[in-house]
Amino acid sequence: MIDTLLTSELFLEALGETLYMLGIALFFGSILGVLLGIAVVVTRPGGVLPNAVVSFVLNGFINVVRSLPFIILLVAVLPFTRLVVGTSIGVNGALVPLTLMVAPYIGRLVENSLLEVPEGIVEAAKSMGATPVQIFTRFLLPEARGSLVLALTTATIGLLDATAMAGTVGAGGIGDLAISYGYQRFDGITMLVTVVTLVVIVQLIQLFGTRLARKLRRR
Amino acid sequence: MVSAPDGGGVGAPPSTSSIAVRLDGVTRRFGRGDRTLTALDDVSLAVRRGDVFGVIGHSGAGKSTLIRMVNALETPTEGSVHVDGVDLASLSTSELRAARKHTAMIFQQFQLLETVTVLDNVAMPLRLDGIRTREARARATEALEFVGLGTRLSAYPGQLSGGQKQRVGIARAIVRNPAVLLCDEATSALDPSTTLQIIELLKRVNREYGTTILVVTHEMDVIKDLCHSVAVMEGGRIVEQGAVMDVFVHPQTPVAQAFVGSVIPHELPARVRAAVGGQPLWRLRFLDEEVTTPIVGALISEFRLGVNILHADMTDIQDRTVGHMIVQVDGDDAQRAAAFAYLSERIVSVEEVVL
Repeated sequence: MIDTLLTSELFLEALGETLYMLGIALFFGSILGVLLGIAVVVTRPGGVLPNAVVSFVLNGFINVVRSLPFIILLVAVLPFTRLVVGTSIGVNGALVPLTLMVAPYIGRLVENSLLEVPEGIVEAAKSMGATPVQIFTRFLLPEARGSLVLALTTATIGLLDATAMAGTVGAGGIGDLAISYGYQRFDGITMLVTVVTLVVIVQLIQLFGTRLARKLRRR
Repeated sequence: MVSAPDGGGVGAPPSTSSIAVRLDGVTRRFGRGDRTLTALDDVSLAVRRGDVFGVIGHSGAGKSTLIRMVNALETPTEGSVHVDGVDLASLSTSELRAARKHTAMIFQQFQLLETVTVLDNVAMPLRLDGIRTREARARATEALEFVGLGTRLSAYPGQLSGGQKQRVGIARAIVRNPAVLLCDEATSALDPSTTLQIIELLKRVNREYGTTILVVTHEMDVIKDLCHSVAVMEGGRIVEQGAVMDVFVHPQTPVAQAFVGSVIPHELPARVRAAVGGQPLWRLRFLDEEVTTPIVGALISEFRLGVNILHADMTDIQDRTVGHMIVQVDGDDAQRAAAFAYLSERIVSVEEVVL
């Protein structure tokens, strides 16, 4: 009999926590991130509605958040977390910093995806008399959707990475399992299982993202 | 045919209603301070309704900036742009968007949506107007049938050839039945035979829908095969303007002569030029039935002159024929003078040149 502290209840609970954090943070992070990315593209010089002040503030925000390691961000925003979800610990306590981490990341990726769309498409849209909103909804977003999916895939994997540190505020998850059982209690089996699980999750996300992007690109 | 509003002051200016596009003293400068670039320099032109008007120039001559003035993708630093009698500078942003629906544009790189079918690409302008999918697609289908792509409705642009992509571009442009069609180097990415097909299609659009077409290009063949009127641009200015036939027969400026020469060779090869260098030669130009007149025979038999043909060619320009000949004429001066007068009466132009 192999000696391990890992039980299937423990494993499934951790997996559930990870997927929960991943799903919720990705959901809110994507909404915020896509809006952020669009806003950056719209307000940049030469954009649809250029605005130097808004552009500076948004870029500043993205750069500041992106320059903080997640573990620092996690503790730095504790008061804000408490304000938003009423607690700064547990799975819900981790959601706020996770969302806050991933939104600017997605914002930057969305910006890159949108800027990849040839300038001429925007010109064609304008020549048809498209409104700024139509330029985004009917030209830029559809043309960028393949690369947007790839961007979200990358962001999701980055988010999974960050959930491992959520154990710091007692949020649990696969990463926490690896640290508290695998590492701190010298349980090699738990370590192995968590590593394999993380690898499998990342592979699945990447596979799904790549397939979907290819289907959406139509080239 | 069409002259610049300030062109010579001959005759009354055309009435506004017959003019689809009018540029008056348009100047466009980019940058500021001492790094200013003047893309357009006091450009005036008038495109009559129903005309096919070509603007030719080398890259950097300002023609892309010029065509973008007409749908206000560019705005003049000085001067004014009128489309259908309306000064674009007087329009609000939303009025400008509405005005753009009457000036469709096609592009060198087609600018189709890669992620959307051919049918939905063409339906797009109608969808922007809030027309329902079903009706928009029905009208898009008609436009695609007109351009000969009625069987490729559900294809994606990535599955089409360059010529087919430009047909989609044209279908998308005509689906709203615009008053003016702007063609920005629309054939420059295509091979010669595909270029001819696209030109034929544009002529059909002009003929069947009465659409005014403004073309910018660096290819004189496009001007020759498609346009009725032409403006030649160099360094941001229009240096020559007139009916295509006139510019082909009497190019005034070196740049226009070079463009005409790209279609109709009018220079002697270097070795021939060296052999006859310094001698006066005659340059003869023929139009239509003049090309079948036995001119050279008359010079020899009636005027007893020795005629040596150094260069001769004929080109069809739309429904007309232009002939061009360079000859060396030997004989006594009185006979030469008489022959010169004889030619002046019978062909469109004769001039003595030293090449």
